Amino acid sequence: MSKFKKKSTTGQDIPTSALPDIIFMLLFFFMVTTVLRETDILVEQNLPRAEQLRKMQKKSLVSYIYIGKPKDTDKYGSEPRIQTNDVLVTTDNIIQFVEAERSKLSEAERSQITMAMKVDDEAKMGIVSDVQQELREANALKVLYNTPPETGAVE
Amino acid sequence: MARKKRSGGEVSAGSMADIAFLLLIFFLVTTTIASDKGLAISLPPKPDPNDPPPEIKFNERNIFKVLVNSQDRMLVEGEPMDDASQLKEMVQKFVMNNGRDPESSDNPKDAVVSFKTDRGTSYERYIEILDELQGAYYDMYAKRMELSVKQIREINDQEPSVQDKYKELKKEVPMNISIAEPSKVGGGS
Repeated sequence: MSKFKKKSTTGQDIPTSALPDIIFMLLFFFMVTTVLRETDILVEQNLPRAEQLRKMQKKSLVSYIYIGKPKDTDKYGSEPRIQTNDVLVTTDNIIQFVEAERSKLSEAERSQITMAMKVDDEAKMGIVSDVQQELREANALKVLYNTPPETGAVE
Repeated sequence: MARKKRSGGEVSAGSMADIAFLLLIFFLVTTTIASDKGLAISLPPKPDPNDPPPEIKFNERNIFKVLVNSQDRMLVEGEPMDDASQLKEMVQKFVMNNGRDPESSDNPKDAVVSFKTDRGTSYERYIEILDELQGAYYDMYAKRMELSVKQIREINDQEPSVQDKYKELKKEVPMNISIAEPSKVGGGS
Protein backbone atom coordinates (compact mmCIF):
# COMPACT_ATOMS: atom_id res chain seq x y z
CA MET A 1 0.00 0.00 0.00
CA SER A 2 2.70 2.44 0.90
CA LYS A 3 4.00 2.15 -2.61
CA PHE A 4 0.87 3.71 -4.03
CA LYS A 5 0.55 6.39 -1.41
CA LYS A 6 3.91 7.83 -2.26
CA LYS A 7 2.86 8.88 -5.72
CA SER A 8 0.06 11.16 -4.64
CA THR A 9 2.48 13.43 -2.84
CA THR A 10 3.86 14.87 -6.09
CA GLY A 11 2.70 18.38 -6.86
CA GLN A 12 -0.26 18.89 -9.15
CA ASP A 13 0.79 22.31 -10.46
CA ILE A 14 1.74 22.89 -14.05
CA PRO A 15 4.49 25.46 -14.24
CA THR A 16 3.05 28.53 -15.91
CA SER A 17 6.05 30.79 -15.75
CA ALA A 18 6.82 30.19 -19.42
CA LEU A 19 3.29 31.03 -20.52
CA PRO A 20 3.94 34.71 -21.28
CA ASP A 21 6.88 33.72 -23.44
CA ILE A 22 4.78 31.31 -25.45
CA ILE A 23 2.05 33.87 -25.90
CA PHE A 24 4.57 36.49 -26.95
CA MET A 25 5.95 34.12 -29.53
CA LEU A 26 2.51 33.60 -31.02
CA LEU A 27 1.92 37.33 -30.83
CA PHE A 28 5.04 38.08 -32.81
CA PHE A 29 4.10 35.50 -35.40
CA PHE A 30 0.75 37.13 -36.01
CA MET A 31 2.20 40.62 -35.89
CA VAL A 32 4.64 39.73 -38.63
CA THR A 33 2.13 37.96 -40.86
CA THR A 34 -0.58 40.59 -40.51
CA VAL A 35 -1.19 42.78 -43.48
CA LEU A 36 -3.51 45.56 -42.54
CA ARG A 37 -5.92 46.14 -45.36
CA GLU A 38 -5.01 49.31 -47.20
CA THR A 39 -8.08 49.79 -49.31
CA ASP A 40 -11.70 50.00 -48.34
CA ILE A 41 -13.63 47.83 -50.69
CA LEU A 42 -16.75 49.58 -51.87
CA VAL A 43 -18.18 46.75 -53.91
CA GLU A 44 -19.49 43.35 -52.96
CA GLN A 45 -16.95 40.60 -53.17
CA ASN A 46 -18.22 37.06 -53.23
CA LEU A 47 -15.51 35.51 -55.30
CA PRO A 48 -16.35 32.33 -57.16
CA ARG A 49 -14.27 29.33 -56.27
CA ALA A 50 -12.00 27.40 -58.57
CA GLU A 51 -9.55 24.53 -58.47
CA GLN A 52 -6.75 25.21 -60.91
CA LEU A 53 -5.14 27.98 -58.93
CA ARG A 54 -1.74 29.42 -59.47
CA LYS A 55 0.19 31.48 -57.01
CA MET A 56 1.46 34.93 -57.84
CA GLN A 57 5.22 34.99 -57.89
CA LYS A 58 5.80 38.51 -56.70
CA LYS A 59 3.29 40.51 -54.79
CA SER A 60 4.73 43.86 -55.79
CA LEU A 61 3.81 43.26 -59.41
CA VAL A 62 0.14 42.84 -58.68
CA SER A 63 -2.45 45.58 -58.93
CA TYR A 64 -6.02 44.97 -57.99
CA ILE A 65 -9.22 45.77 -59.81
CA TYR A 66 -12.44 45.07 -57.96
CA ILE A 67 -15.73 44.57 -59.75
CA GLY A 68 -19.11 44.03 -58.17
CA LYS A 69 -22.36 45.53 -57.03
CA PRO A 70 -21.69 48.63 -54.87
CA LYS A 71 -22.31 48.07 -51.19
CA ASP A 72 -23.83 51.53 -50.91
CA THR A 73 -26.62 51.02 -53.41
CA ASP A 74 -28.37 54.30 -52.52
CA LYS A 75 -25.37 56.28 -53.60
CA TYR A 76 -23.94 54.32 -56.49
CA GLY A 77 -26.87 52.29 -57.83
CA SER A 78 -27.12 48.54 -58.04
CA GLU A 79 -25.32 47.94 -61.33
CA PRO A 80 -21.86 46.36 -60.94
CA ARG A 81 -19.09 48.91 -60.81
CA ILE A 82 -15.32 48.90 -61.07
CA GLN A 83 -13.11 49.92 -58.18
CA THR A 84 -9.44 50.74 -58.30
CA ASN A 85 -7.61 51.88 -55.19
CA ASP A 86 -10.26 53.59 -53.10
CA VAL A 87 -12.61 54.90 -55.73
CA LEU A 88 -15.22 53.66 -58.13
CA VAL A 89 -14.22 54.35 -61.69
CA THR A 90 -15.52 53.88 -65.20
CA THR A 91 -13.79 51.89 -67.90
CA ASP A 92 -12.21 55.07 -69.28
CA ASN A 93 -10.05 55.40 -66.19
CA ILE A 94 -8.55 51.93 -66.42
CA ILE A 95 -5.68 52.89 -68.73
CA GLN A 96 -4.76 55.74 -66.46
CA PHE A 97 -4.80 53.42 -63.47
CA VAL A 98 -2.59 50.87 -65.20
CA GLU A 99 -0.09 53.57 -66.14
CA ALA A 100 -0.02 54.89 -62.59
CA GLU A 101 0.55 51.39 -61.21
CA ARG A 102 3.18 50.71 -63.81
CA SER A 103 5.13 53.83 -62.98
CA LYS A 104 5.48 52.57 -59.40
CA LEU A 105 7.51 49.61 -60.62
CA SER A 106 11.12 49.62 -61.65
CA GLU A 107 12.02 49.81 -65.33
CA ALA A 108 12.79 46.13 -65.67
CA GLU A 109 9.60 44.97 -64.06
CA ARG A 110 7.16 47.10 -65.99
CA SER A 111 6.30 44.53 -68.59
CA GLN A 112 5.64 42.01 -65.83
CA ILE A 113 2.76 43.89 -64.30
CA THR A 114 -0.15 41.64 -63.43
CA MET A 115 -3.68 42.82 -62.96
CA ALA A 116 -5.55 40.80 -60.38
CA MET A 117 -9.27 40.96 -60.92
CA LYS A 118 -11.50 40.35 -57.97
CA VAL A 119 -14.92 39.97 -59.44
CA ASP A 120 -18.14 39.28 -57.60
CA ASP A 121 -19.84 36.12 -58.81
CA GLU A 122 -23.02 38.01 -59.66
CA ALA A 123 -21.28 40.31 -62.11
CA LYS A 124 -21.80 39.69 -65.78
CA MET A 125 -19.14 39.08 -68.38
CA GLY A 126 -19.95 42.35 -70.15
CA ILE A 127 -18.25 44.54 -67.61
CA VAL A 128 -15.37 42.08 -67.17
CA SER A 129 -14.66 42.06 -70.88
CA ASP A 130 -14.91 45.86 -71.08
CA VAL A 131 -12.16 46.04 -68.48
CA GLN A 132 -10.11 43.48 -70.35
CA GLN A 133 -10.38 45.47 -73.57
CA GLU A 134 -9.02 48.47 -71.71
CA LEU A 135 -6.21 46.38 -70.27
CA ARG A 136 -5.29 45.29 -73.76
CA GLU A 137 -5.27 48.94 -74.78
CA ALA A 138 -2.96 49.66 -71.86
CA ASN A 139 -0.81 46.68 -72.78
CA ALA A 140 -1.21 45.01 -69.40
CA LEU A 141 -1.75 41.54 -70.70
CA LYS A 142 -1.22 39.43 -67.62
CA VAL A 143 -4.45 38.90 -65.80
CA LEU A 144 -5.21 36.86 -62.74
CA TYR A 145 -8.77 36.10 -61.72
CA ASN A 146 -8.55 35.96 -57.97
CA THR A 147 -10.45 32.98 -56.68
CA PRO A 148 -10.28 31.26 -53.33
CA PRO A 149 -9.69 27.50 -53.46
CA GLU A 150 -12.65 25.17 -53.64
CA THR A 151 -13.67 24.08 -50.18
CA GLY A 152 -12.67 20.52 -49.57
CA ALA A 153 -10.72 20.33 -52.79
CA VAL A 154 -8.11 17.64 -52.95
CA GLU A 155 -4.71 18.80 -54.03
CA MET B 1 13.34 61.66 9.01
CA ALA B 2 10.89 58.89 9.21
CA ARG B 3 10.64 58.60 5.52
CA LYS B 4 9.23 55.34 4.41
CA LYS B 5 11.70 53.20 2.68
CA ARG B 6 10.67 52.45 -0.85
CA SER B 7 9.67 48.95 -1.54
CA GLY B 8 11.75 46.98 -4.02
CA GLY B 9 11.56 48.13 -7.61
CA GLU B 10 9.84 45.08 -8.92
CA VAL B 11 7.14 45.25 -11.55
CA SER B 12 4.55 42.63 -11.14
CA ALA B 13 4.65 40.45 -14.22
CA GLY B 14 1.60 38.43 -13.39
CA SER B 15 -0.64 40.30 -15.82
CA MET B 16 1.90 40.16 -18.58
CA ALA B 17 0.29 37.06 -20.03
CA ASP B 18 -3.10 38.77 -20.06
CA ILE B 19 -1.77 41.77 -21.92
CA ALA B 20 -0.04 39.55 -24.42
CA PHE B 21 -3.22 37.54 -24.86
CA LEU B 22 -5.17 40.68 -25.60
CA LEU B 23 -2.70 41.74 -28.26
CA LEU B 24 -2.61 38.23 -29.64
CA ILE B 25 -6.37 38.16 -30.04
CA PHE B 26 -6.31 41.54 -31.75
CA PHE B 27 -3.81 40.36 -34.34
CA LEU B 28 -5.58 37.04 -34.76
CA VAL B 29 -8.74 38.87 -35.68
CA THR B 30 -7.18 41.41 -38.00
CA THR B 31 -4.93 38.98 -39.82
CA THR B 32 -5.85 38.17 -43.37
CA ILE B 33 -3.29 35.81 -44.68
CA ALA B 34 -2.49 37.11 -48.12
CA SER B 35 -4.09 34.97 -50.79
CA ASP B 36 -2.91 35.87 -54.22
CA LYS B 37 -4.17 32.81 -55.90
CA GLY B 38 -6.31 32.54 -58.92
CA LEU B 39 -6.68 31.59 -62.53
CA ALA B 40 -3.99 33.15 -64.65
CA ILE B 41 -4.59 34.06 -68.26
CA SER B 42 -2.82 36.32 -70.66
CA LEU B 43 -4.77 38.59 -72.93
CA PRO B 44 -3.96 38.79 -76.63
CA PRO B 45 -1.96 41.88 -77.54
CA LYS B 46 -3.71 44.83 -79.04
CA PRO B 47 -3.98 44.44 -82.80
CA ASP B 48 -1.67 46.73 -84.68
CA PRO B 49 -3.71 48.93 -87.03
CA ASN B 50 -0.91 48.86 -89.60
CA ASP B 51 -0.94 45.10 -89.83
CA PRO B 52 -3.50 43.44 -92.02
CA PRO B 53 -5.87 41.17 -90.13
CA PRO B 54 -4.21 37.79 -89.68
CA GLU B 55 -5.09 35.13 -92.16
CA ILE B 56 -7.38 32.51 -90.81
CA LYS B 57 -5.39 29.37 -91.22
CA PHE B 58 -7.25 27.21 -88.74
CA ASN B 59 -9.01 24.21 -89.96
CA GLU B 60 -12.49 23.76 -88.59
CA ARG B 61 -11.55 20.42 -87.08
CA ASN B 62 -8.81 21.98 -84.97
CA ILE B 63 -11.14 24.19 -83.02
CA PHE B 64 -13.01 22.98 -79.98
CA LYS B 65 -15.85 25.40 -79.51
CA VAL B 66 -17.38 26.21 -76.18
CA LEU B 67 -20.18 28.76 -76.23
CA VAL B 68 -22.08 30.07 -73.24
CA ASN B 69 -25.16 32.21 -73.62
CA SER B 70 -26.68 34.81 -71.34
CA GLN B 71 -28.74 32.17 -69.54
CA ASP B 72 -25.49 30.40 -68.62
CA ARG B 73 -26.38 27.51 -70.91
CA MET B 74 -23.47 25.89 -72.63
CA LEU B 75 -23.00 24.69 -76.20
CA VAL B 76 -20.01 22.40 -76.75
CA GLU B 77 -19.12 21.58 -80.35
CA GLY B 78 -22.66 22.40 -81.38
CA GLU B 79 -24.27 20.19 -78.78
CA PRO B 80 -26.03 21.60 -75.74
CA MET B 81 -24.41 20.45 -72.52
CA ASP B 82 -24.98 21.73 -69.04
CA ASP B 83 -22.57 19.74 -66.94
CA ALA B 84 -19.19 21.47 -67.08
CA SER B 85 -17.43 18.59 -65.35
CA GLN B 86 -17.47 16.52 -68.56
CA LEU B 87 -15.51 19.21 -70.38
CA LYS B 88 -12.17 18.12 -69.01
CA GLU B 89 -12.33 14.71 -70.58
CA MET B 90 -13.67 16.03 -73.88
CA VAL B 91 -10.88 18.58 -74.17
CA GLN B 92 -8.23 15.98 -73.45
CA LYS B 93 -9.67 13.62 -76.02
CA PHE B 94 -9.81 16.44 -78.54
CA VAL B 95 -6.25 17.65 -77.99
CA MET B 96 -4.70 14.20 -77.94
CA ASN B 97 -6.56 13.04 -81.03
CA ASN B 98 -3.52 13.28 -83.33
CA GLY B 99 -5.62 12.98 -86.46
CA ARG B 100 -7.30 9.68 -85.63
CA ASP B 101 -10.86 10.97 -85.61
CA PRO B 102 -11.46 13.13 -88.71
CA GLU B 103 -13.84 15.32 -86.73
CA SER B 104 -11.25 16.08 -84.06
CA SER B 105 -7.86 17.82 -83.99
CA ASP B 106 -4.88 17.07 -86.27
CA ASN B 107 -2.25 17.36 -83.58
CA PRO B 108 -1.90 18.96 -80.14
CA LYS B 109 0.08 21.88 -81.53
CA ASP B 110 -2.73 23.10 -83.74
CA ALA B 111 -5.59 22.30 -81.40
CA VAL B 112 -7.33 25.39 -80.10
CA VAL B 113 -10.02 25.58 -77.48
CA SER B 114 -12.25 28.51 -78.27
CA PHE B 115 -14.29 29.80 -75.36
CA LYS B 116 -16.88 32.40 -76.08
CA THR B 117 -19.33 33.94 -73.69
CA ASP B 118 -22.13 36.43 -73.92
CA ARG B 119 -22.11 39.79 -72.20
CA GLY B 120 -24.90 38.48 -70.03
CA THR B 121 -23.07 35.34 -68.93
CA SER B 122 -22.42 35.32 -65.21
CA TYR B 123 -18.84 35.56 -64.06
CA GLU B 124 -19.37 32.54 -61.83
CA ARG B 125 -20.17 30.35 -64.83
CA TYR B 126 -17.25 31.79 -66.75
CA ILE B 127 -14.80 30.90 -63.98
CA GLU B 128 -16.31 27.44 -63.60
CA ILE B 129 -15.76 26.64 -67.26
CA LEU B 130 -12.37 28.32 -67.54
CA ASP B 131 -11.31 26.29 -64.51
CA GLU B 132 -12.29 23.06 -66.27
CA LEU B 133 -10.53 24.03 -69.50
CA GLN B 134 -7.30 24.96 -67.78
CA GLY B 135 -7.59 21.88 -65.60
CA ALA B 136 -7.76 19.69 -68.68
CA TYR B 137 -4.40 21.01 -69.87
CA TYR B 138 -2.76 20.86 -66.45
CA ASP B 139 -3.92 17.26 -66.14
CA MET B 140 -2.30 16.40 -69.43
CA TYR B 141 0.94 18.11 -68.46
CA ALA B 142 0.94 16.36 -65.11
CA LYS B 143 0.50 12.99 -66.75
CA ARG B 144 3.31 13.60 -69.22
CA MET B 145 5.70 15.00 -66.63
CA GLU B 146 4.82 12.43 -64.01
CA LEU B 147 4.23 15.13 -61.46
CA SER B 148 1.13 16.02 -59.52
CA VAL B 149 -1.20 18.65 -60.93
CA LYS B 150 -0.30 20.90 -58.03
CA GLN B 151 3.40 20.67 -58.87
CA ILE B 152 2.64 21.62 -62.45
CA ARG B 153 0.71 24.69 -61.40
CA GLU B 154 3.55 25.74 -59.15
CA ILE B 155 6.21 24.83 -61.66
CA ASN B 156 8.40 27.73 -60.62
CA ASP B 157 9.13 25.95 -57.34
CA GLN B 158 10.66 23.04 -59.24
CA GLU B 159 14.23 22.34 -60.31
CA PRO B 160 15.43 24.23 -63.41
CA SER B 161 15.85 20.98 -65.34
CA VAL B 162 12.21 20.12 -64.66
CA GLN B 163 11.17 23.61 -65.72
CA ASP B 164 13.02 23.26 -69.00
CA LYS B 165 11.31 19.97 -69.64
CA TYR B 166 8.00 21.65 -68.96
CA LYS B 167 8.78 24.41 -71.42
CA GLU B 168 9.56 21.81 -74.08
CA LEU B 169 6.29 20.07 -73.38
CA LYS B 170 4.42 23.35 -73.62
CA LYS B 171 5.87 23.88 -77.08
CA GLU B 172 4.59 20.50 -78.09
CA VAL B 173 1.21 20.81 -76.41
CA PRO B 174 0.57 24.53 -76.05
CA MET B 175 -2.27 25.68 -73.85
CA ASN B 176 -4.32 27.28 -76.59
CA ILE B 177 -7.36 28.56 -74.82
CA SER B 178 -8.73 31.41 -76.83
CA ILE B 179 -11.16 33.59 -74.97
CA ALA B 180 -13.23 35.42 -77.52
CA GLU B 181 -14.75 38.80 -76.97
CA PRO B 182 -18.30 38.28 -75.72
CA SER B 183 -21.19 38.65 -78.08
CA LYS B 184 -23.74 41.32 -77.37
CA VAL B 185 -26.88 39.30 -77.90
CA GLY B 186 -28.05 38.75 -74.37
CA GLY B 187 -27.29 42.29 -73.27
CA GLY B 188 -27.20 43.48 -69.69
CA SER B 189 -23.65 44.12 -68.57
